Amino acid sequence: MRTFLARQLPPWYLMLPAIAVGTGVLLPLAYLLVRAFQAEAADLMQIVFRARNLYLFVNTFLLAVGVLAVGGLLATPLAWLTTRTELKGKRIFTLLGVLPLAIPGYVMAYTLLGLSGPDGIVASLFGLRFPRLSGYWGALIALSFYTFPYLFMNIRSALLGLDTALEESAHSLGYRTWEVSRYVVIPQLRPTLYAGGLIVGLHVLGDFGVVSLMRYETFSLALYSQTQSLDRTYAAWLALMLIALASVFIYIEAKLLRGTKLHRTGSGPPRKVPLIPLGPWHAPAYIFLGVLAFASVVVPTVTICFWMLKENLPSNFQSLYEALSGSIFASTPAALLSTCFAVPLAYLGVRYPTFLSRILERVAYIGYATPPVALALALIFFTLLIPGIYQTLWVLILAYTLHFLAEAIGPVRGALYQAPPRLEEAAQSLGYAPLKAFFKATFPLLRGGLTASTALVFLSAMKELPLTVLLSPAGYETLAGNVWSYTEEAEFAKAAPYALAILLFSALFVGLLLNQERIPSATPA
Amino acid sequence: MLRYSAGILGLLLSTAIFGTTDAKELVIYSGRSKSLVEPIIKQFEKETGTEVKVRYGDTAQLAVALLEEGAKSPSDLFWAQDAGALGELSKQGLFSRLPDSILSEAPERFRNVGGTWVATSGRARVLAYSPERVKPEALPNSIFDLTQPMWRGRIGWAPQNASFQAFVTGMRVLEGEEKTEGWLRGMRANKTKSYAKNTPIIQAIAAGEIDLGLPNHYYLLRFKKGNAKFPVEQTFFKVSDPGNLVNVAGIALLKSSKRSEDALAFIKFLLSVKAQQFFTSEVFEYPVTDRVIPNPKLLSLDDLLKQMPALNLEDLDDLDGTLKLLRKVGLL
Repeated sequence: MRTFLARQLPPWYLMLPAIAVGTGVLLPLAYLLVRAFQAEAADLMQIVFRARNLYLFVNTFLLAVGVLAVGGLLATPLAWLTTRTELKGKRIFTLLGVLPLAIPGYVMAYTLLGLSGPDGIVASLFGLRFPRLSGYWGALIALSFYTFPYLFMNIRSALLGLDTALEESAHSLGYRTWEVSRYVVIPQLRPTLYAGGLIVGLHVLGDFGVVSLMRYETFSLALYSQTQSLDRTYAAWLALMLIALASVFIYIEAKLLRGTKLHRTGSGPPRKVPLIPLGPWHAPAYIFLGVLAFASVVVPTVTICFWMLKENLPSNFQSLYEALSGSIFASTPAALLSTCFAVPLAYLGVRYPTFLSRILERVAYIGYATPPVALALALIFFTLLIPGIYQTLWVLILAYTLHFLAEAIGPVRGALYQAPPRLEEAAQSLGYAPLKAFFKATFPLLRGGLTASTALVFLSAMKELPLTVLLSPAGYETLAGNVWSYTEEAEFAKAAPYALAILLFSALFVGLLLNQERIPSATPA
Repeated sequence: MLRYSAGILGLLLSTAIFGTTDAKELVIYSGRSKSLVEPIIKQFEKETGTEVKVRYGDTAQLAVALLEEGAKSPSDLFWAQDAGALGELSKQGLFSRLPDSILSEAPERFRNVGGTWVATSGRARVLAYSPERVKPEALPNSIFDLTQPMWRGRIGWAPQNASFQAFVTGMRVLEGEEKTEGWLRGMRANKTKSYAKNTPIIQAIAAGEIDLGLPNHYYLLRFKKGNAKFPVEQTFFKVSDPGNLVNVAGIALLKSSKRSEDALAFIKFLLSVKAQQFFTSEVFEYPVTDRVIPNPKLLSLDDLLKQMPALNLEDLDDLDGTLKLLRKVGLL
């Protein structure tokens, strides 16, 4: 039956969005190539092909590997505990597990740096002193703390969609619990684990805010300083090199994913999940969740509050309100649009696994790997060609969508892998048109994935900076823009309300989304 | 849920259409942070009735965006954080020449020879230090003393920062390429620590990570505003030492401007006593006119002019050469 679908050519309503996204991502690449061709050989050797860039590459790679490892170690137990066990307060811990994403990376770094030293918070409150974070370990901790939610959200949606009948069968065949995990559960998590890991890896490649504050040199340093010099030619080369490095990651993920087939064989809704009693592990589980939430959410939040209280400033509610609505009006459509585009792209990749469809799906990740400043300049170049478009909110929403689409693909793709194609085929054989059959049979099974995708893009867009600054209409206020503008001038007290507003509204948005879905309840089935 | 989301999407997108800027407003691209300039822009709007829209961003990124936009730029003015970016865009021919009536408002030191931009305020490079760990009599006399063994591992700088790079450009002009390279290498050999920008340098001194730092003068004053006992102090090097470089923020009129009359009125307003008093009293920067009441925490303009090395702001535009040098010694 599967081959029956695969032999067909994908219908136009799948190809059209995929091609639109492909064009949107490849145009900036074309722009970078055109710029790159203006280079001169001598400068190229000095700026681009120099030994130090190799050193920076190695540094970047080491950091990415470290962040992936730490993130995996934090996210996997978190996801398992909040979906499959009898633990109380799953929704709260889920929310706390997503919230670190709402903290801009550089703010996370500032808060971690501000903990220590004689003027630090720990010293002010408890009189304790400990060494300041910096270098590899500082960057590793700060980046892991705010990127692990990408892994968490992906694994979580996979666990929620898991067919537990498989596990039960394995148990009834006499396999032990760890064997079931090893041979049944973990393989089911693979696609989402890879997708989350890829996003984290690409994020580390592009990060400058955290690594620069933590004084760890990665490739983004070279790219940043080239942009500082108002140069577009060699900056384009460095951007292309970064994309090339990212492509290696993207290629590895595609290789790992090949031949995945996970869907249920039966029809109808999955069986109710039997929740695992934790027994004596209750206390360690709560300690783990508590410590994680404390370090990644409570510490930064308290630090930001501390900034605000240090100088008792009158709050400017008018400006706060304007910035808040600006952020929401740009981030919400971007989150919904990204999810809308992610469905056909993921569907192509999962149900029509041809070379072309794989490429189209991968292209979205290239959009994520394109440095935001380069993407913004390319969009300035192209949107100026169309009268009346430039400096409208449309361009910003388009940029967010192209950039963050990759974050939306993972969870949707994971859910699609688990949805049985037979259901849709059955619906078609009952006389439903293919599109209708999809909405009747498959779409309801994607809910968890769609929720996660929308949440991820929303949170990312709320705190995004370079695209927001360069592409929003002049005079357009956002929360992220204000946080940056004030911290840049060491006005931490003034930055605090805007940073708290990002956190608060991200929590509200994600809370609303989580409320929509059914989480396995505390009573075992 | 799908229909629900589609509804929201439609609603949001339709409101987005009305969010476009119309050509009636004065548009400024500002590399200067909102926290520094918003009050004075509001004041201008109130006094003249002209509506102003500002795009706040990083000076270099906005400059690159302006290069990309070229003649189609919707912006009227470019207000930059440092002289280097203004010099570069001026070379690329993006600016109109300003009328003499405006140029004559600022001292010669603070405008470019071609008359395409004018400084709006000044900021000095200083030596920040921990009074707990460095006695005043032990403070170095010149920036070249920082390569001595006694300062090994105790200094912080920010090689990626535009202000630091402008200072290196200044040192190259004043002392020559060779001596500058020698100083940079000496500082590296002395285990000087690199920070992302000025603020983290001050924080690192307060946290005890380093004892000396090379920031701009006003960041410390902002920390002190919130906490008078903040454990960092700052000072100048000896008279006309390259370490005392004064850089400026400046503004230029773009050739693409369709509202040059309002734009020029805005520049004139920035050079007025009222705006200059705001820059020095509220933002802790140096004014470009001596007609204001000096900030007691700063030197008077006259004293500052004596303290700073003799240098034309024009000379600060060879950023490329500085980046080459910083790459050569392995700092970028």
